[in-house]
Amino acid sequence: MGEAIVITSGKGGVGKTTTTANLGTALALQNKKVCLVDTDIGLRNLDVIMGLENRIIYDIVDVVEERCKTKQALIKDKRFDCLHLLPAAQTSDKSAVTPERVKAIVDELKQDYDYVIIDCPAGIEQGYKNAVAGADKAIVVTTPEKASVRDADRIIGLLEQEELEPPKLVINRIRNHLMKNGEMLDVDEIVNVLSIDLLGIVIDDDAVIRGSNKGEPVAFTPDTKASIAYRNIARRILGESVPLMNLEEDPGLMTKVKKFFGMRA
Amino acid sequence: MTTNSQMVTIKGTRDGLTLRLNDQCSYDAILQELEEKLSVSGTDADQPMIRVTIQLGNRYLTDQQKNKLRDIVREKQKLVVEQIESDIITKEEALSWKENSEITPIVKTIRSGQVVEVTGDLLLLGDVNPGGKVIATGNIFVLGNLRGIAHAGYEGNEQTVIAASYMKPNQLRIAGQLSRAPDQDSEGVYIECGFIDEQVNAIRIAPLQEVIKLKPDLLSFERRMLNG
Repeated sequence: MGEAIVITSGKGGVGKTTTTANLGTALALQNKKVCLVDTDIGLRNLDVIMGLENRIIYDIVDVVEERCKTKQALIKDKRFDCLHLLPAAQTSDKSAVTPERVKAIVDELKQDYDYVIIDCPAGIEQGYKNAVAGADKAIVVTTPEKASVRDADRIIGLLEQEELEPPKLVINRIRNHLMKNGEMLDVDEIVNVLSIDLLGIVIDDDAVIRGSNKGEPVAFTPDTKASIAYRNIARRILGESVPLMNLEEDPGLMTKVKKFFGMRA
Repeated sequence: MTTNSQMVTIKGTRDGLTLRLNDQCSYDAILQELEEKLSVSGTDADQPMIRVTIQLGNRYLTDQQKNKLRDIVREKQKLVVEQIESDIITKEEALSWKENSEITPIVKTIRSGQVVEVTGDLLLLGDVNPGGKVIATGNIFVLGNLRGIAHAGYEGNEQTVIAASYMKPNQLRIAGQLSRAPDQDSEGVYIECGFIDEQVNAIRIAPLQEVIKLKPDLLSFERRMLNG
């Protein structure tokens, strides 16, 4: 029996879908059986970021309306045998999807998978309620901007009313130079306001955008900062204790030499 | 008729007249005697109006009955009823009085979109985040960061205050007054207290120690805490 984790944020465009894809990939790298569920009906993206768009035959609305079995709608990932995706429907007929039906599907998936990761749509309406219904845990994604921290706060308030474990926080798209200048909220400030546990921080990295466009989540390639960040988050989900990533850029060779001779860098 | 004469006792004091009404006889009997007694003495047109306090003792009168009493006193003489005192209040009044003087402790973070409303004073152990709101008919004390909206004296009590360990609110509201955060980014302040400054008739923020001197009502908070 696995566990279901919903990735949510309230505000749109903070990186819910990217986080879902990358955490799925990072958990699959650790040999866990993972199923990703896209509940953003009408605006599905998760399949695009995973590079699986052209393999969709059935979707979650087909499952809900019993046109196919749950297993038939699942798409196997290109890279991992243990990673699957249940895509959302692109048609706008979403009235059929109810929290009870989503919960039933998630419960069914939990029998076969270690982790069921649910990608939640933006907003706090029906789509949000559907996504949260089947979840055991929640991860709230925010960026270091006031607007997205406000919405994260609202979502945390709503999640507290559900029967979930206290949600965990991921701070996404950190720009180090802005944070250092105090032009962006810093990590401590955000954690202080939201007062929930920090699960990880992810730097704003061009590689993430490149990966999304190629249909290959950045966590798959090991050499970027964002990739390491996502892998660290996955390890924390598995219960390891991994220290937070150092945001400072590596000093260049010249700086090191200067420092060695006691000169000011 | 000796018992009759004791139903209404009239006493003159420095502040006017006191009518003490016997609380053992019937209401109708009192009205009757009152009318008789007041019509005995003649009216002097030059006299100024005399203020009257009516003491009911252990008798409860409805508002209607009180008005009837007032009318009788007023029409007979140059008398005006200043107040009617009774040792009795209804259970309803007692409960609302108790509620309004009670302190409600809440241990929670008030997040964006959440509203907490209490009757009486609120003691919040936790933060009020931006977009969150706390409302109380009495005072508000926040042991935490106040970053959202706080409204004290919701039903109109201007003597109430809002105190917080860290004060950086979006808005402070006390009774009918409102003040908002400055538009430029500002640092918050520690252990401060918002109150209505009667001299400028606006909400001000000052260190808690100063506000206690200005608002003596706050001392009753201490007593309520001990009683509760």
